[in-house]
Amino acid sequence: MELTASNLMVARGGVPVLEGVSFALAPGRALVLRGPNGAGKTTLLRTVAGLQPAMQGEVRGAGERIAYAGHVDGLKTMLSVSENLDFWARVFGRSGIDAALSAFNLVALQDRLAGTLSAGQKRRLGLARLMVTGRPVWVLDEPTVSLDADSVALFAGAVRAHLGQGGSALMATHIDLGIPEADVFDVAPYRAKPRAAVQDEAFL
Amino acid sequence: MIALLTRDLRLAVRAGGGFGLGLAFFLIVTVLVPFAVGPQTDLLTQIAPGVLWIGALLACLLSLDRIFALDWEDGSLDLLATAPLPMEGIVSVKALAHWITTGLPLVLAAPLLGVLLNLAGPGYLWLFVSLALGTPALSVIGTFGAALTVGLKRGGLLMSLLVLPLYVPTLIFGAEVARRGAEGLAVQTPLLMLAGISFGVAALLPFASAAVLRINLR
Repeated sequence: MELTASNLMVARGGVPVLEGVSFALAPGRALVLRGPNGAGKTTLLRTVAGLQPAMQGEVRGAGERIAYAGHVDGLKTMLSVSENLDFWARVFGRSGIDAALSAFNLVALQDRLAGTLSAGQKRRLGLARLMVTGRPVWVLDEPTVSLDADSVALFAGAVRAHLGQGGSALMATHIDLGIPEADVFDVAPYRAKPRAAVQDEAFL
Repeated sequence: MIALLTRDLRLAVRAGGGFGLGLAFFLIVTVLVPFAVGPQTDLLTQIAPGVLWIGALLACLLSLDRIFALDWEDGSLDLLATAPLPMEGIVSVKALAHWITTGLPLVLAAPLLGVLLNLAGPGYLWLFVSLALGTPALSVIGTFGAALTVGLKRGGLLMSLLVLPLYVPTLIFGAEVARRGAEGLAVQTPLLMLAGISFGVAALLPFASAAVLRINLR
């Protein structure tokens, strides 16, 4: 099943940031969102993930198929690496975290408290969470922040493996991920025309 | 859902989890009141049910802002919202975890602390019953308040102001059960009202909490 966005208008704080956005993401494909800071990449991803409604247009094939990873990793500092991962596996109704631990080189760290990890190690744990969800569409917001070159390669490998199993990935990033087969989608041309904020949209 | 409950309970008992915070506050209030009121045992007997209920209510209030704030800060609330759990289920589990870590210890400790306030003999049972029946309502209402203010910096004061009026009916009927019980009067009417409030909020408020949480996550 394809993930499609058609004529999407997304808003942050009631102010439209992108409009007329349309794209399709087939199984086995990756799509990289590009655009300057503040262009609306995060807002677009949150809309696709269902965390906020679109002002116009619609997203199809999302909902329960999405595994979302935002700027923060959702880790509990007082739980160990394996407890954090096991929790998310159980929330998504799955078991078995070993594949995710080894894919992101976390096996040696699995008994450490997440609070004692470095920023890059935390990020790897946050990305390993995607693998235990079992969801086919990964929606990733700047997944490689604070990762070193080796870890970016690990991440690229995990994304490739995911695509190989018929999954797909939608990523916003500024750097080269080392996934040349990914399509690139520049959001800059879709910037919304300036207009007044729509007040109280939350309650309408 | 069970995974979420066990995670929250595990986090609460680990360092910095806040388990025992409410209990310690409750202990402080009930220990200090006799010192402030003075050694008039019959006066203490008279005010004991009310003081114990206010102590329990404020102790409950103390830990409310932790219900969602921590999960919001570290991003797990966003991730939970995209997980296959219904939001209503998430807020109900959160309220249950709050009750187990805050309300239940208060219920169990209250009869012991009643001794310090010279609570009358038959009052112990009814204090226990009224708190056991009333504190779940405090947790569920508090979860609604926490959902309303999630994401606000220093939202604790605003949440207290929002939640306190909603706590008043529970306090009135809960303290009334304990007072009547202590004086040996019939407790049926306030007990039924208290039970009605608890079951009513537990049935309805999770839907409101889930709705405001969805809006606050946008």
